[in-house]
Amino acid sequence: METIRINDLACNDLPWKIKYHRDRCTLCGSCIAACTFDAIGPKMERRRITYTDSETPEPKSRFSAQPVIAQRNVIKNFCRGCGVCERVCPNDAISSERNPDSRFNVVYPAATGSGPKRGGRNNLEVQARTLDTIRVGRISQMTDPSLDAQRHTFDCLAPLGRVLPSKTLPFEQTADGKLVQDAQTPPVRWIYPVIIGDMSIGALSWRMWEAIAMAVAYLNEECGLPVRMCSGEGGMPIRLLKSKHLKYMILQIASGHFGWNRIVQAMPHMVEDPAGILIKIGQGAKPGDGGLLMAAKVAEHIQAIRGVPRTDLLSPPNHQGLYSIEESVQKMFLSFNAAFKFRVPVAIKVAASATSVSVFNNLVRDPYNIVGGFFLDGIDGGTGAAHDISLDHTGHPSVSKLRDCYLAAVAQGRQGQIPLWAAGGLGKNGNLAADAFKMMCLGANGVFTGKLILQLAGCLGNDLGRCNACNTGLCPAGITTQEPELARRLDPERVAENLVNYFLGMDMELRKLMAPIGNSSLPIGRSDCLISTDKAVADRLQVQYVC
Amino acid sequence: MCRIGALKSRHYMHPSKALLLMQSQQKGHDNSGFAMVMQDLGGIFEDYKHLPTLSLACTDEGLKIAEDLLHAKGFRRVHQWVPEINPQPGLDIEAMPNYVFETFDYPKEYQDASDEEKGELLTDTRLELRAAMEEDEKGFAYSFWPDVITLKEIGDPRAIGTYFNLWEPNEDFTAKVITAQCRQNTNYAIVRYAAHPFFLQGYTALANGENTFYQKNKEFQSSLHRGYIGFESDSQCFLYSLHYVHKELGWPLPYYKHVITPLPFEDVVKREDQEQLKAMRQSLAHLEINGPNTIIGVLPDNTMFTCCDAKKLRPVVVGRDEDTVVISSEVCGVNEVLPERNWETDIYPNEREIVVIDDNLEVQRWKQ
Repeated sequence: METIRINDLACNDLPWKIKYHRDRCTLCGSCIAACTFDAIGPKMERRRITYTDSETPEPKSRFSAQPVIAQRNVIKNFCRGCGVCERVCPNDAISSERNPDSRFNVVYPAATGSGPKRGGRNNLEVQARTLDTIRVGRISQMTDPSLDAQRHTFDCLAPLGRVLPSKTLPFEQTADGKLVQDAQTPPVRWIYPVIIGDMSIGALSWRMWEAIAMAVAYLNEECGLPVRMCSGEGGMPIRLLKSKHLKYMILQIASGHFGWNRIVQAMPHMVEDPAGILIKIGQGAKPGDGGLLMAAKVAEHIQAIRGVPRTDLLSPPNHQGLYSIEESVQKMFLSFNAAFKFRVPVAIKVAASATSVSVFNNLVRDPYNIVGGFFLDGIDGGTGAAHDISLDHTGHPSVSKLRDCYLAAVAQGRQGQIPLWAAGGLGKNGNLAADAFKMMCLGANGVFTGKLILQLAGCLGNDLGRCNACNTGLCPAGITTQEPELARRLDPERVAENLVNYFLGMDMELRKLMAPIGNSSLPIGRSDCLISTDKAVADRLQVQYVC
Repeated sequence: MCRIGALKSRHYMHPSKALLLMQSQQKGHDNSGFAMVMQDLGGIFEDYKHLPTLSLACTDEGLKIAEDLLHAKGFRRVHQWVPEINPQPGLDIEAMPNYVFETFDYPKEYQDASDEEKGELLTDTRLELRAAMEEDEKGFAYSFWPDVITLKEIGDPRAIGTYFNLWEPNEDFTAKVITAQCRQNTNYAIVRYAAHPFFLQGYTALANGENTFYQKNKEFQSSLHRGYIGFESDSQCFLYSLHYVHKELGWPLPYYKHVITPLPFEDVVKREDQEQLKAMRQSLAHLEINGPNTIIGVLPDNTMFTCCDAKKLRPVVVGRDEDTVVISSEVCGVNEVLPERNWETDIYPNEREIVVIDDNLEVQRWKQ
């Protein structure tokens, strides 16, 4: 008897199994053509066929070779469960099924000598979200009536830029009792409290990035919502840098400095200042790890924008030559505030960490007043590519850390001086307005979001390990790929339309939350209007516990 | 509900006018207390305008603590007035054993000090008095400032008036500016300090309404000035913001309105001074108020003003004749005090203005 080849990879070792109904399949090939991971393919199977060739049943059998669709047991081509095969099959003949007995985390490193990588999100611990234990529980009634979300005007803008303590504002009083400003102050932009950020061209397909840019322009110019988007690390097309639309863009610089050669060259030709500069120190999904763009995604146009050859692009885990907070402050000061002649706010993005408050304190006490925003990203944030080990086993949630930073500012009477922007899985249940509102009550000036934007574009991934293949460049939705034939699966106009509609809906929902607490401007720090049904959460965040 | 009122006159007025003003609005408040601040004093205090008067309600023990403390600091008492009380059975009042209004001369080493230095001394002293008497509620030091008297009591305003003989006008106990309010704190605990008007370093404020930004106001103000304490009422925040903007920052009064009720962004961008207004909004975002309010304020030079929240959810009216201006939550109060005035000149302020009455009783309306 033949020995079982137990050490060969089998499909039931993999995280997803293909469920195939041969009797329904017409062998049209749609699923194979659509599967970007090459996880399924045609195969010939020897089948016994029972038949009769007389008028009364006289069963006979014969063997014949039959074509079927089968899952490939190749480690590189494992099924990601994206479900595209099921979407394209006209006959419901194929689908993928989660394999609860997967041995993937063992067989992958055993076969390849490296840990698995993926894009997407934290998957290890999918649990109830902190924000979902919180409600808006202080409702204005009686003597302090609620507002009318439809009828009243609301001021839903948030600052980006360093805010000076009132006593240091350079005001002079004129003879007629007017205050005039007699010196320059740090630039502050009042923008929509939800920033789309910060996903690069490279991580995203050019069509996806273009869709976001279109949506942002439309929201600004047609809808009156001053929404900003952050470029991510990797620069932008020169044409955009030289256009008036640059004012809607926050340019990101991270440790790889990708794209900045082109940005610097474009500076003399810029007709508008960018909305801001965001210096990325860390990222919530993989704190302590640098950026990663696999060679597969470094297509020709990406090489042109970033000025690099086709290779894996790894941003170092830290900014080279930056070993202290003081230096980071200096670095910002020297390179960016000065580069844009102190007209553009410069903010910093860090991963939530046990040390976040120390970092924040150092920046808020910086005597040069040049840090114009503290962007705090949490463990539930997404990424274009990371090692599983980072995604699953490093990181820190952002809710309590945001609260800690705000309360640290309160303790020093410095709240609002460095606007706090929070992210990390916000809106992942689909309702960003609620998450944003609660984060604001806990002290955030605004929030930023990435993953939700991808979901709105049609991303098939989820928090239960589905797809999460952004790193491969084989995104079945055309969102995180640079393959022209895949990118064309995405309709940028439709995506832009989805984004615009979502923002308009969210804006109304924000008002629907502001109205009952009786506020017409954003409730920054109004933890008094939050309640929690979880005692531990209530205590930790210093909001009212209710039961 | 809260009702507030204020009187400013060319002539000295007896507080019975304030009682009258508030009495007619009785249906609008809950008869739970009465408080008033008198500024620009006449009668028996007229000769002591330049010296600080302590307004104190206390037990015997509290009185001793206060007098010892003031003595130790070198204050010398030059004048004292104890209101004649009229305790009748059935009066709805939770009176303290002693009500003392004492005027002091400054310690010797302060004789040549600037007004600023003297003011700081008075503030520190009042805060010390407050702290020293706090335990077991031995006493309440409401104000310690030149030319200012404060009275706050828990109970029915009519009964409080009777108890202190305030219904009978006389020439001894008068002022040109009186602000008054008839309600104890109903949002939070009943504490004597929680009754409006609130007073700090020459600034007085009282309000009708709710401060929905109480928590953020309070968190921010707590670190701005040592005198910003208590917060027994969310309306104290209005006083502290007024004091901070006008005294600490030295900004003219119109900017107070810009700080507490900033113009919407769509309006700010049309203004020439948009940069300044945005800078204020940014730096003092935590002093914004965003609930239904009407505020009445008095500045150290006895300028009186009123303004409302941006949604105009609380009423106020300003009525006047030749000699007196009255601000009141309800017009019936003005009718009571100035029945002969031309009511056609009454002002019902809108949500974007401050109505200001200067020392010549000139009434100005400042558009934000």
